[in-house]
Amino acid sequence: MSILVGKDTKLIVQGITGSAGTFHAGQCQDYGTQLVGGVTPGRGGSTWKNPSGKGECPVFDTVRDAKEKTGANASVIFVPPPFAADAILEAIDAELELAVVITEGIPVMDMMRVRRVIDSTKTKTRVIGPNCPGIITPGGHCKIGIMPGHIHRPGRIGIVSKSGTLTYEAVFQVTNLGLGQSTAVGIGGDPINGTDFIDVLAKFQEDPETDAVIFIGEIGGNAEELAAAWMKDNFTKPAAGFIAGRTAPPGKRMGHAGAIISGGQGTAEAKIEALESAGVKVAPTPSDMGKTLASMLK
Amino acid sequence: MNIHEYQAKEIFRRYGIPTPKGIPAFDAAAAKEAAAKLIAETGNEVVVVKAQIHAGGRGKAGGVKVVKGAEAAGTVAKDLLGKTLVTPQTGPEGKVVQRLYVEQGLAIDKELYLALTVDREKKRIAIMASTEGGVDIEEVAHEHPEKIHKVWIDPAVGLQGYQIRQLAFALGLSKNAQKGFAKLLSGLATMFDKEDCSIAEINPMIVTKDEQVVALDGKVNFDSNGEFRHPEWADLRDLSEEAATETEAKEAGLSFIQLEGNIGCLVNGAGLAMSTMDTIQHFGGQPANFLDVGGGATQEAVTKAFRIILRSESVKGIFVNIFGGIMKCDIIANAVIAATKELGLTVPLVVRLEGTNVELGKKILADSGLNITPADDMASGAQKIVELVGKA
Repeated sequence: MSILVGKDTKLIVQGITGSAGTFHAGQCQDYGTQLVGGVTPGRGGSTWKNPSGKGECPVFDTVRDAKEKTGANASVIFVPPPFAADAILEAIDAELELAVVITEGIPVMDMMRVRRVIDSTKTKTRVIGPNCPGIITPGGHCKIGIMPGHIHRPGRIGIVSKSGTLTYEAVFQVTNLGLGQSTAVGIGGDPINGTDFIDVLAKFQEDPETDAVIFIGEIGGNAEELAAAWMKDNFTKPAAGFIAGRTAPPGKRMGHAGAIISGGQGTAEAKIEALESAGVKVAPTPSDMGKTLASMLK
Repeated sequence: MNIHEYQAKEIFRRYGIPTPKGIPAFDAAAAKEAAAKLIAETGNEVVVVKAQIHAGGRGKAGGVKVVKGAEAAGTVAKDLLGKTLVTPQTGPEGKVVQRLYVEQGLAIDKELYLALTVDREKKRIAIMASTEGGVDIEEVAHEHPEKIHKVWIDPAVGLQGYQIRQLAFALGLSKNAQKGFAKLLSGLATMFDKEDCSIAEINPMIVTKDEQVVALDGKVNFDSNGEFRHPEWADLRDLSEEAATETEAKEAGLSFIQLEGNIGCLVNGAGLAMSTMDTIQHFGGQPANFLDVGGGATQEAVTKAFRIILRSESVKGIFVNIFGGIMKCDIIANAVIAATKELGLTVPLVVRLEGTNVELGKKILADSGLNITPADDMASGAQKIVELVGKA
C-alpha cells in the first residue's frame, strides 16, 4: 500500500514532446513507472522515444484518446502556463483518477476556475499541484514528477510538502536514516492548488503502511494553520514538521487587503505555534527534519 | 506587480468605475498647469496633489495635499517632488516621490472601504467592504472584525446582484448611492478577473454630498503569472519603484531580493532558498540575499546569478545550495566553474550539490582545480561558509 499512486498506476504525460516533458517522462520510465502514453495535440500517431534509449510510448492528440487506447489512470502535466489550465481540465474531463501538475507560473485566475471544477461533486480526478515536484511511491516503483528518484527508498514514512526542493531534503534525510518513504507528495506552493495538506494527511492517516509523517510548510497563506487544526482532532500518527521562511524579511506591500484577509495568520511563528499545539514536532533547521521525526519513533 | 494610483484609475475608468477628474504630472510646472485645467473644467478651486509611490499610508506621511488654486498646487508639487516618504508600507528607507497626480477636490459625505483580493482559503475572490474607510482599516479588521463585510465571488457564475445588495445595505447606502455602488463594484469585479489582479483596493471609496459613489484612491496589484496575456503591463511598470538588480534578475528568470548580510546565497527553489537563509542565521551568519535560480535555469542564468550576487560589495562568501530535481547537478557544476573563472572569484565558495546527476556534478567540481569547498548537506555547508566568512 501507499497513497494515491503505486504499481497499478498507468501514466500518460501531457506535453511529452517538450524538452522538460521528454526528459522527465524518460526519468519516470527509467524509475519503473508504467508510462503508457503521451499527449501533444497535433502529434498523435507518433512514437515518443525515451532519451535514455530504454523505452518508448505512443503519442496521442487528446487525453480521451490516450485513456481509451492505453487504460491510463493518471497524468502528469508539463504544458506551459498559457495552456496549463486547459490541460488540467482536459484530464478532469477524461475522468483520470489523478493529474499531477508540474507547470510553474499558472495565473491565479486560471487556477481559481480549475479549482471550482475540482470542487464540484462530479469531478473524479484528484489534481496535485501546480508548481510542484509531483508524487512518488518508492515501494511501487512509481514516480510521477521531477524529483530525483535515487534519493528515495521504500519505507513507512509519509511526506507532504508545499516546497519542492525541501521535499527532497526531507526524503534524503529519511533515506539516510534507513527509514524510507511510503509516499512523498509535493502539493505546490501556489495560492490556489488542487490538493491541500489535509487531503493528503487524511490519506496518510488511513494508510496502514504509513507509520509517521513529515509535514513541510512555508510562510504565506493559512493552509498550515488549517492543517494543524485538523490534525489536532483527526491525526494520530507521529508527525515532524518544518516551516520555511522563519527569517524572511517582511516584504514591502501595497494596501491593506492582503493583511485583512489573512487575519494575522501566515507568519512562520503562527504556523509553528499551530503545528506544535497539534502535537507536530517542528525541526529547528531543515537539516534536522529526519532526526526530529526519528526521535519521535524511538 | 504594483502600479501607481493614476494608472489604476485609468484602468478603473475603462471598467466604468467613477473616479475624480485627474491629470498625472512629473514636474511642478505640469502640476500647476494640471490644476489650472481641472479648476477651469470643474469650476472648483480645490484640488488635491498626490504623491505617486508604490505604497499606502501616503496621507499620514504628508504625501497628499489639498490646496486652493493652481499657484498653490505648483508650490506643494515642488515640495513633494524628490521628497522621501516613509510610511508603514515603504520599509524604513522610504520611497522618493517622482510622480504626482493632481485631482479635482470633491465634497465628501462618507469615506468607505472596498477591496477585492484572492482568498487562498476559500479559493475565490473575496470582496471586503467597510464603513470604516481610511488608513486604520487593518486596526478595524483586528479590533472589530464584524465591521468588515465579506462576500465571495463564485467563479462559475460571477458576482451576483444579491451579493452587491448585501454589501450596499451593510454599508448603509442611500438608494441613489446603492445604484452607483452597484455599478462601481460590478466594474471592479470584472476588472479584477480580466486584468489578472491579485489586489484591487479602494480606500477610501467615497459617497459625495450629491450621493455619487467614487473611487478616491486606487491600489492595484497584478498577478505576475498573468504577464503573458498582458503585453500592456510593460508600459505600466515604473522601474524606479523596483530595485534595479531585482528587475535584472527577473529578466534572467531569477528571483532575487537584496538583504543586509555578507553571505551570498544561490539556491534552487523558493522554499529551499528561504530555509538556506534560515540555516545560515541559525549558525550565526547573515545572508546577503535571497536568490532562487528556479527550476529550469540555464548555465547563463547561473552565471548571471553569480554576477548579481557579487555586485554587492558586502558579499564576503557564497553558498551554493542545489538540490537538483528539474535541474541537473552537472549543469550547475559547469556553470559554477564558468562563473568562477569568468568573474575571477576571490571570496570563499561553498558548494552543496545533491540530486539528479550528482556524481557527475561533484566530479566536475573536484576536477576543476578551483578553490571550492564541497559540502554534503545544507547544515554543514551553511556552517562552513559562516566559518570561512568569519575568518576572512
